[in-house]
Amino acid sequence: MHGATQMARIKVRLPGPLVDLFPGSVRRLEVEARTVREMIDALNERWPGMRDRLCDTTPAIRKHINVFVDGERARLEMKLEPGTEVFILTAISGG
Amino acid sequence: MVIAFAARLETTAACHRAEEVDVTQKTLVLLGTKKGAFIAESDEERKDWTLSGPFCETWPMNHVVGDPRTGTIYAGGGNEWFGPAVWKSTDLGKTWTHSSEGLAYEEGKEPVKAVWSLAANNGSLYAGVQPAGLFRSDDGGQNWSHIEGLQKHPSREHWQPGGAGLILHSLVVHPEDEDKIWIGVSAAGVFHTADGGKTWEPRNRGTRADFNPDDQRYPEFGQCVHCVVMAPGGGERFYQQNHCGMYVSENGGKEWRSIEAGLPSTFGFPAAAHPRDPDMLFLLPLNGDSAGRYVPDAKAAVWRTRDAGKSWQDMREGLPQKNAYFGVLRQAMATDRHERAGVYFGTSSGSVYASADEGESWTAIAEHLPTVLSVETLVVER
Repeated sequence: MHGATQMARIKVRLPGPLVDLFPGSVRRLEVEARTVREMIDALNERWPGMRDRLCDTTPAIRKHINVFVDGERARLEMKLEPGTEVFILTAISGG
Repeated sequence: MVIAFAARLETTAACHRAEEVDVTQKTLVLLGTKKGAFIAESDEERKDWTLSGPFCETWPMNHVVGDPRTGTIYAGGGNEWFGPAVWKSTDLGKTWTHSSEGLAYEEGKEPVKAVWSLAANNGSLYAGVQPAGLFRSDDGGQNWSHIEGLQKHPSREHWQPGGAGLILHSLVVHPEDEDKIWIGVSAAGVFHTADGGKTWEPRNRGTRADFNPDDQRYPEFGQCVHCVVMAPGGGERFYQQNHCGMYVSENGGKEWRSIEAGLPSTFGFPAAAHPRDPDMLFLLPLNGDSAGRYVPDAKAAVWRTRDAGKSWQDMREGLPQKNAYFGVLRQAMATDRHERAGVYFGTSSGSVYASADEGESWTAIAEHLPTVLSVETLVVER
């Protein structure tokens, strides 16, 4: 069966400033998800409130948060294949 | 309070001193800055200060307040990466948690960018946000519900943002009647609800909009309010610092009267009411909206009235009297509740000045901080 319809186990890397906001969270982990949205849902289940830090209520990934999948900047709807490594990064921002 | 305790003591001098320490109050000055919250701490004498921070992971904190009933500190702000949140400390700043659960508009609307104002009142906590809206929490800031009535006001679609965005920065909840709330939105003006937020009405009559065409200087809404404070005593007196003048209202904002005569300019941001004297107000006028927005002639002064704006006194002792090119923002001045009220303000250049004698003399209690966005006080028992 194609990975898009089957729950995929994926690797996630979180940025340090995000981990600092959630005691007990870790920089590297694996979750089950078929899309970026489900991946963020899984993160929010582990650490309640993390979704709000990564997404706004458009709904969309926040403007200064970058989610990269296979080197490509992803949106919430992007499908994830098993074994994919997802990097969540804080973009250059602020002053 | 110290004297009363001391008079009852009949034991040794050492024990006497210990009792005095036990009942001494802590005076906390709560600072919101562009890079986190800070707390300046002293006793009731307010001579020596220690600074702690930055808290809240150095997020921009637009407003930091203390709930005098519980001693809980709340900090509201927004981070460019992670969005809006209200932070909370129940141990006077040692540890913090954060939440934005429910602090959101419905999907498809422009998302909440930041929290701009907080008000703790009788167990409830209110948050004003950008873009302008009002939220309420009844569980100490963990979960929030939207007070939707404000969005339904017929003028809402015509509100224009001020220089800092469409922000709800002034938030006054009546201390005895929680259904009565006054808000200030830049640049939509002052609005009031008497039914807990279901319905709202503009309260801008008598305040100018000098930036409008000549025949539209007194609109129903659209004024650029900078700060609204309630005078103490349970009356209906309010003071307002506007982009265009300083005002007093004797009827809850239904009508405003100019009190700018005797002041060095009509422009400024903050206003701070005395904790008990409804006739006393502190302002910090700046040189003008297109003249640099720093203290007039680069000489710092807090201006005080003791007669509800009929006359003004500039107070400068201890404040820089040359080369002072700082401003003071809309939420960056406050008083404390001590018998001789303290007054505090924080500058755009990161200094915090304090007066323990109702503005007569001043000392710098912090320097080289990030831009100070808000100043509030909290007095707690040790």
